Amino acid sequence: VTATELGLLGCHGCGLTLRRGPGSYCPRCGMTLHQRKPDSLRRSWALVIAAVILYLPANLLPVMYTTELFDTESNTILSGVEELWKNGQWDLAVIVFVASICVPILKLAVLALLLFTIRARSGWRLYERARLYRMVEFIGRWSMLDVFVVALLLSLVQFDMLANVRAGPGIVPFCAVVILTMLASKSFDPRLLWDAAAEEHKP
Amino acid sequence: MSDHPGGMDSLPTPEIRRRSRWSLSLIWLVPVIAAAAGLILAVRTYLEAGPTITISFETGEGLEAGKTEMRYKNVVVGTVKRIVLSEDHSKVLVKVALEQEGADVAMADSRFWVERPRFGLSGVSGIGTLISGAYIGVDIGSSKEKKRNFTGLEKPPGVTHDMKGRRFVLHTADSSSLAAGSPLYFRRIAVGEVVASELDADGKDVTVQVFVDAPYDRFVTKNTHFWNASGIDVALNASGLKVNTQSLATVIAGGVAFQPLDDTDPGASADENTEFHLYPDKGSALAPPDGESRRITMRFTQPVRGLSVGAPVDFEGITIGSVTSILLNYDPTTQNFYTDVQAEIFPDRMGPAVKEMLAQDKKGGKGFGEMWRVSVERGLRAELSSASLITGQMYVGLDFIPHSKPVQFDPDGDPLVMPTASGGMQQLQQQLQDIVSKLDQVPFDELGRNLNSTLKSASSLLHELDTEVAPEAKKTLKSAEQALDALSAGVTSPDSPLQQNLGHTLKGLDNAAASLRALANYLEQHPESLLRGKSNQEPGANSGTDAGANATVAPTPVPAAAPENKP
Repeated sequence: VTATELGLLGCHGCGLTLRRGPGSYCPRCGMTLHQRKPDSLRRSWALVIAAVILYLPANLLPVMYTTELFDTESNTILSGVEELWKNGQWDLAVIVFVASICVPILKLAVLALLLFTIRARSGWRLYERARLYRMVEFIGRWSMLDVFVVALLLSLVQFDMLANVRAGPGIVPFCAVVILTMLASKSFDPRLLWDAAAEEHKP
Repeated sequence: MSDHPGGMDSLPTPEIRRRSRWSLSLIWLVPVIAAAAGLILAVRTYLEAGPTITISFETGEGLEAGKTEMRYKNVVVGTVKRIVLSEDHSKVLVKVALEQEGADVAMADSRFWVERPRFGLSGVSGIGTLISGAYIGVDIGSSKEKKRNFTGLEKPPGVTHDMKGRRFVLHTADSSSLAAGSPLYFRRIAVGEVVASELDADGKDVTVQVFVDAPYDRFVTKNTHFWNASGIDVALNASGLKVNTQSLATVIAGGVAFQPLDDTDPGASADENTEFHLYPDKGSALAPPDGESRRITMRFTQPVRGLSVGAPVDFEGITIGSVTSILLNYDPTTQNFYTDVQAEIFPDRMGPAVKEMLAQDKKGGKGFGEMWRVSVERGLRAELSSASLITGQMYVGLDFIPHSKPVQFDPDGDPLVMPTASGGMQQLQQQLQDIVSKLDQVPFDELGRNLNSTLKSASSLLHELDTEVAPEAKKTLKSAEQALDALSAGVTSPDSPLQQNLGHTLKGLDNAAASLRALANYLEQHPESLLRGKSNQEPGANSGTDAGANATVAPTPVPAAAPENKP
């Protein structure tokens, strides 16, 4: 039995339990009430789609220009990983690869999967899907690693002619992808998984 | 909700507030904005990325994919994306992604080269690339047509499209040391350079492209003659040794110079790509035009030592052509060797003479050959003459030789067969040889031997004289000297008898003279005495005639002293 089935509603702000009615504000603390996160599916969909779109330029455009003496190199995230691997820093390469390439893809893939299964009102492996969602929320912040690296180098390595680091055009969409996926996972309501599964079984 | 248990009814219901729900659909703005941003980025990247062109080079030295830039006037217009080998592995194909602003560098006649540090005769270039690494240089063509595949130059072009000036095409049989980059001189001022020097398709000629910088290009006129100014022009002539060179650079790198044929009438400026002939040297470039040439052949039976291809052909002292080939031949019937000498002559070099002769001949209408025929009839012969006694260089002289044997001459032959004569030098040589052979016949050995024996006997004779005759002679001389001494003592000493006798004689003579004087005085005072005698005897009437007789008689008293006169 869920609260919704009982026609009940909890205030997220003060914990007051309410009966479901036409209104949508908590009489005690004035907070907006919602049974499920409002517009969750639509928001999640929109943000996931936006993130997927921006994922392309984020990986195709260079995120960083490094200039050493007269030699300017432009690196995309993938070429940066490649370079680290070639230079023998495979540990760092793995970290950057996981954080900057695997995690965003994983997040987008998982969110897309969850949204699709809700849409299909699927009851398939509900528990595992719920766990996937929690994992996505947890690892989401790690994908900002690359942005931090660029931001750090940008401010530290400024020796004019000798060595110089500039941010590339790819860093903005990359940052946007990370933020959008975080927002998408935030706006996603995992309870909808169960709602959808329940609906499927009802009729 | 009334279906629910009563305990639930006491629960409060949410407040109702009016709120517009339109904001929900705003969420779709996010993917729209993302899409728009992505699209903008994509479009911008696409627009920024100009076309990709492929350039083939001989070597990929210094080129690096993703790093090497393409620069025009040191502005980056593209980046090398990939470097691959051509299918047959003979070339390196460099794919260059041009930037949008640089897209128009890829014109049909654009040229590309790799800028590397270069050390050449004409200077050092590309030092900057020592540090920054090589880059691809580009010279944007003027064509409106675009192109994607290019063949890169191995060396930077000397002349780029943005330079002002004009190109000209020179044809020559021998480019000498000319190469792209060789300087071009006008009155010894460098005004341009050789852009290219390449063989014609048939391999017979060399086409040299030159570029004359503005504003000097206007000095290239239709009457301009170009010549190869490479190396050093050393001339040894009657006026002495003359060394001529445009600049030190031309000695090593070669060069081209030009000048109008006639400074007073340079003519109109020549158009771009006008074709000129490149003369081998200044002398031939500025010589009056030669007109058409005729070939002549001459058969010499005497050796042609000292004659070389290129040796001048003189006509009455004017050089009218040069020897083009010398071929030794064999005549099986006479079993003699002879030499066929071919030469090219330019009748126009004979100046007004040939015009006059041709004008004369026009009436007969036979032309140049006929003109020669007349000359040959009058004794024109080719002969080998010595140009220099020191070097032994020979030239072919065409001279009128009086009393030469008449020969057949075909005025229509090509080449014209010129009859030959053994030349002055040759004759001289012959005569010298004759003299030498005659000298050779003189038995110098025998002569020498004879002379030797003669000298020997003379020497013994002299020795004899020295040892035997000389002492004798000495003695003789000594006795002669003694004799003379005696003689001198006998004659000159005051007490010698001769001296004393002489004194006596002179005294007697003096006395005689005194008595004669007394007689003369007496006779003057007493002329009658001649007739009558002294005081008592009067001289006769025949005084005049008898005076002489008396005078001779007068000394009669003298004989008294006569004994004194006797020694």
